[in-house]
Amino acid sequence: MRTVLFLISAAATIALIVLLDSRKVLPAPLGRLLSPQEGVWQNAEPINTSFSGDLSLQGLKGKVEVFFDERLVPHVRAEKEVDAYFVQGYLHARFRLWQMEFQAMATAGRLSEIVGEKAIHYDRTQRRIGLTYAAENALREMEKDQQMKAGLDAYTSGVNSYIHSLSTSDLPLEYKLLGYQPEEWDNLKTALFTKALTNTLSGFDRDFEQTNALRLLGEDNFRALFPEIPDSLDPVIPKGTLFKQPDSLPTPPQFADSLYLHHGDSVWFSGEYKPDPSNGSNNWAISGRKTKSGKPILCNDPHLSLTLPSIWYEMQISCPGYNAYGVTFPGIPGIVIGFNDHIAFGFTNSGRDVKDYYEIRFRDESRSQYWFNKEWKNADKRIEHIRVKGKADVLDTVAYSIFGPVTYDQSFSDKLHDGKAYSLRWVAHDPSNILRMWFQLNRAKNYDDYLQAIKYFNVPGQNMIFASKDGDIALWQQANFPLRWKDQGHFVMPGSDSSYMWKGFIPQEENPHVINPEQGFISSANQRAADTAYPYFIPGSYEVYRPIAINRRLRAMENITPDDMKKLQTDNYNVFAEFARPLLLKYIDESKLEEPEKSFLKLIKDWNLRNDPGEKAATCFVNWWDSLESAVLYDELHKSALPISEPDHFVVLEGLLRDSTDYRFIDDIRTPKKETLSDIVNVSFQKAAIGLRELESEGRLEWAKAKNTTIYHLLKTNAIPFARAGVMNGGGKGIINATQHDHGPSWRMIVHMTSPTEAYAVYPGGQSGNPGSLYYDNFIDTWAKGDYYPLWFMQPGEEKDLRVKWTLNFKP
Amino acid sequence: MKFLVSIFLTAVLAYSLGLYMPWWSIALAACAVSVMLYQSPGFSALTGFLGIFLFWCIMSWIRSKANQDILAHRISLFILKKDEPGLLIMVTGLLGGLTGALGALTGSLARRAFFPLNKH
Repeated sequence: MRTVLFLISAAATIALIVLLDSRKVLPAPLGRLLSPQEGVWQNAEPINTSFSGDLSLQGLKGKVEVFFDERLVPHVRAEKEVDAYFVQGYLHARFRLWQMEFQAMATAGRLSEIVGEKAIHYDRTQRRIGLTYAAENALREMEKDQQMKAGLDAYTSGVNSYIHSLSTSDLPLEYKLLGYQPEEWDNLKTALFTKALTNTLSGFDRDFEQTNALRLLGEDNFRALFPEIPDSLDPVIPKGTLFKQPDSLPTPPQFADSLYLHHGDSVWFSGEYKPDPSNGSNNWAISGRKTKSGKPILCNDPHLSLTLPSIWYEMQISCPGYNAYGVTFPGIPGIVIGFNDHIAFGFTNSGRDVKDYYEIRFRDESRSQYWFNKEWKNADKRIEHIRVKGKADVLDTVAYSIFGPVTYDQSFSDKLHDGKAYSLRWVAHDPSNILRMWFQLNRAKNYDDYLQAIKYFNVPGQNMIFASKDGDIALWQQANFPLRWKDQGHFVMPGSDSSYMWKGFIPQEENPHVINPEQGFISSANQRAADTAYPYFIPGSYEVYRPIAINRRLRAMENITPDDMKKLQTDNYNVFAEFARPLLLKYIDESKLEEPEKSFLKLIKDWNLRNDPGEKAATCFVNWWDSLESAVLYDELHKSALPISEPDHFVVLEGLLRDSTDYRFIDDIRTPKKETLSDIVNVSFQKAAIGLRELESEGRLEWAKAKNTTIYHLLKTNAIPFARAGVMNGGGKGIINATQHDHGPSWRMIVHMTSPTEAYAVYPGGQSGNPGSLYYDNFIDTWAKGDYYPLWFMQPGEEKDLRVKWTLNFKP
Repeated sequence: MKFLVSIFLTAVLAYSLGLYMPWWSIALAACAVSVMLYQSPGFSALTGFLGIFLFWCIMSWIRSKANQDILAHRISLFILKKDEPGLLIMVTGLLGGLTGALGALTGSLARRAFFPLNKH
């Protein structure tokens, strides 16, 4: 009897332990998670943690000192250049390990390993657009370069050196919560990060949606809704710049007009997991002629999804070859946006289309051969092995044609109901020594060095801003841009022969660029690079109003100081509303309005056109315009269930400003009545007012509250407690302060090319990726207020400076 | 006295084992103490509970205090769906305590089943 009781008790103990150690019954292994010795309490980083220490690590060649300042920004000083990358890898892992591995795995289509079968479709998408294939091609090219290979290897060793030092209780919080362990880092993961970046910044395409739009709207209406050049374009390359005219331009293949533009078939496709089309940025450089000091100023604020941990990690790297400061991407070596003792550099997205789909005809269901240039060609096959947590593995065979991976076919047709196969041609798949650009930029001393450096960069197309202490300012729009005939790449193309293939690339030296222009400044904000004077066809997704706001201010400014730049970078003036408001007010019939519509209208009338946090009028305006735009376009675009691309933000406004009451899309074609501009302005206002009333009753009419800027954790809505919601911040789409709900200026930087260099910056996050750390989100309030931190560009001899808070010494 | 000593020993042994073993070694610690220092099954279970409850509560409270509850705010929202750092510490203690109680009970029953002569 006593033995039986003992056995029952022992069994109960074991059962309880199993219950608390697994996810079988409870959603989480609560015992393991809450154990103060092993679980999440270990991630509660004491407020007074010291980051100082002495480490002796295998793989280092010499001594490295890391001086952390009070914001936990490391100032790395290495005796040997290659050790700087080792320590960068170590620090990235020390502060951001989970994030860097998660992003590499997401890019490679390996999320099912972590979160289970709900990610299978996502993983297949990532694999079928060929991101790992692209990373392998890039890595092969980078590893041919001895210097890059040494740098990549050192970075990888640094990351692994940290991973190997971890015990279960030291693991970052997310590993504990999701229940998995980090694996070894390798150079492929570094290459994968470059492809994550490429996908974010050039992965947006609308070939299928445009194909549908063309079919649904006809060519005439299509061109009206998707114009090549906006009326109000203020291009990156100042108007009036002369471009070299090429000897010949590509011409469309014979019959393209009937086969391509008037292609009768429709495709049924709905894009998913597409990068946000508002990924963009501002950058500008001011010549010394327009600054108070006489020295150039360079500014950059890249607009990306705002996440915690932040995509950026700030640091300084100094070694015998160079001394550079700026932000880095946890996952790759080098300083990505920043400055050194001689130059400053930054980026905005070009928005240019470098990605096209071609229709492929397979011989049979085996997909082993496809028709190309009048013969059956063998397709390569890549077997994608997807491991799925808690389930059987999934095998996915992806065929590769001469164009690239066949993303869509009958095995991946849930979105594509026409049963056809489409192969992807994307510059991202081409081999390139892409990281060499940053390797050289970090070391660059002048314009020529910068120019040499950027040639290594093939994709995504970037506006690369430059300023030097020599006094030069410059910008190149750089990438390998396909050489296209007019309209090529707007729509899915026939892939049955070579006639629709890209005719090579635009010669690098003919990429849009400008050096020390007459106007005394250069700016880019994702607008079209050039006006019609540029000889090549350059389709893309472009911004119109932010550049107008920036250029207008820069033209008017003189004696510019960094303080002026702070005000400019955080400016909330709404140029779009300046153009649109008179139109709305002209056609609104006030006599038909009641309260509270009248008071909403009054707010708009009295508005200073600024999307400041407390502005109720901004909320009213934005809602009204969205409602109007939808009234104009919805009937035309949604005639069928076919997914269709949405015209850019400027299209309806410019159409109405140009054609006023005659604008061809005003009438609602679904009703027998012929609607007028006045009808739709009034109806859309009343519709908007319903939503506004609701916001008002919830006390959310103020712009910042309506917009509710939220910085999500990378796990998005799965990790709301790790997010920061309700950040009081103005700005918005088309505004210099481009902060939207969860998207916006991810790093604001101002560099004044004085000696010593004067620089200011901030990003909405913190240096630590640990949600249990004081340094996880400590910059957010500063960022939201539009304030900056002065950057300490530490120089030799400053080791004893009071700004050094902790010192971490590395030796072999 | 034995009661208090047992509680203290359970906590100390659990902490020591935890340095080298997974979290569930708290059950082993509680079990070992109640085999060594025999008490009735009920008292043993209470001892095991209190030993681990206090150990886990105090340790998580100390860590949380040093962290100004930054982590506890976030994790309590995750696990308890409410912002209650104190409650998270209590839940931590309860789960540990329960495991300790069962471990100690098993130890006491083992002692009674296999070494009845040594009964005090």
